[in-house]
Amino acid sequence: MSTFYFIAFLSIFFSILVISAKNPVHSILYLVLVFFTFTIHYILMNAQFLAVVNFIVYMGAILVLFLYTLMLINLNKESEPRKSGLIKLAAVVGGGCFLTTIIAALKAFKISQPVMLQDPNLGLVKNLGKILFNEYLLPFEVSSILLLSAMVGAVLLATKDPKTT
Amino acid sequence: MELADIIIKFVLVVIIFAISLLIALYSTYAERKVAAFFQDRLGPNRAGPWGILQPFADGGKMFLKEEIIPASASKFLFIAGPSLSIFTACIGSAVIPWGQQLTIAGHVIDLQVTDINVGVLYILGVVSLGVYGVMIGGWASNNKYSLLGAIRAASQNISYEISMGLAIIALLLVTGTLSLRQIAEQQHGFWAHGWFTWNFFKQPLGFLLFIVCAFAETNRTPFDLPECETELIGGYHTEYSSMKLGFYLFSEYINMFVSGAVMATLYFGGYNFPFMDMIHSPNLVAILGVVALFAKIFFFIFFFMWVRWTIPRFRYDQLMDLGWKALIPLAIANIVITGIVITFLNR
Repeated sequence: MSTFYFIAFLSIFFSILVISAKNPVHSILYLVLVFFTFTIHYILMNAQFLAVVNFIVYMGAILVLFLYTLMLINLNKESEPRKSGLIKLAAVVGGGCFLTTIIAALKAFKISQPVMLQDPNLGLVKNLGKILFNEYLLPFEVSSILLLSAMVGAVLLATKDPKTT
Repeated sequence: MELADIIIKFVLVVIIFAISLLIALYSTYAERKVAAFFQDRLGPNRAGPWGILQPFADGGKMFLKEEIIPASASKFLFIAGPSLSIFTACIGSAVIPWGQQLTIAGHVIDLQVTDINVGVLYILGVVSLGVYGVMIGGWASNNKYSLLGAIRAASQNISYEISMGLAIIALLLVTGTLSLRQIAEQQHGFWAHGWFTWNFFKQPLGFLLFIVCAFAETNRTPFDLPECETELIGGYHTEYSSMKLGFYLFSEYINMFVSGAVMATLYFGGYNFPFMDMIHSPNLVAILGVVALFAKIFFFIFFFMWVRWTIPRFRYDQLMDLGWKALIPLAIANIVITGIVITFLNR
């Protein structure tokens, strides 16, 4: 349990560094560390497959692409747009409202019941595959169609319109 | 876990680490000798007999040279880049089964650091992490050539990881397990049930895709565009000097060694060799198995060098075309064909 608290502390610590880092590339590198702590969380929960996939897909692919984009557009202080005072005021008011809502929501807060896993070996590859392709086949296939449509959309956006060129 | 087991694992880790470094060290020598052979030259022959002390001279030079950190570089990341690069190169060998179990004085020694049941995915994860060292180093140098090299490395690695993953999926359809130990066990001997046991003979196309991707992931010619000197001076390591440069160059050779080991384990039977059932001493079989595995790895390292000194570098758009328009469709076709054949055979 103490391992969990230590890793959870690291997750939150690096997440705060992500939003407070001045340089966007440093933010992404902190985000890599955040996802690495998530991988450790999954391992603690005996979900090996999820841990490794989180490692490969999020740390190894998605964040590399984030880093790639940020390095390519090279954000720095000079290129950052100046914000007017009115927008800053609006941001403060909006943030205050959000804080009030969160505090109000905390009043109805109860200590949650920890979910007991029916099968602690569910996270192993074999069991997970069997469950995904038997019990949850429909949601699995529907989400694959969702990904396919996102991919088609991305290709469509990236292709030049033959009329405009 | 007993104390003896912990000591055995520790010794094993140290031995594997030392062997990886030694092989990487001598790969630099072998590379120069192979290049010399292909170009009808002699190669290094001054330091020691046949020049075999050359790697140590080179290493000494790397350590003793002046260390330069550019004034405009981001210092911490500039040092973190090569460190991360060599770290990811070294951790890949943790899941590789180096041989069968040895029994010495009643202790059963597993010649594998750890047999996690997602071993294949662990390898993919380590490979995907490897690009961070190059990207961080290239960006932290604050030099446009380094940055271009880093960006090329990122897009190349991501593109070829996809086909590598798809090639492995077809292999997993055949093996039905993700544990490298079990995959090696399934390829026992050389011939069984009227067909070869080695996965290469069940997945020839998959192996071809995998080795092409392995070349791209280790940044070897013909895919060494991140360090293409005609366009980018030195690519991502333009600003590096002394041992930090040495780490980048060294990690390439360690990567070659580890990917050779992975290819031997996944497709060429790992530590299995023909007629291994005719030897009755289990310890002898285990030791000969280790020798067989290393022979296969050395062949793959030689193959990496052979290709490097034979084939010219790709152009960047050719690289992307090959990755996305040739390898990925082929890999998907391979999965479909494998699936159909397995369903047909299981009838």
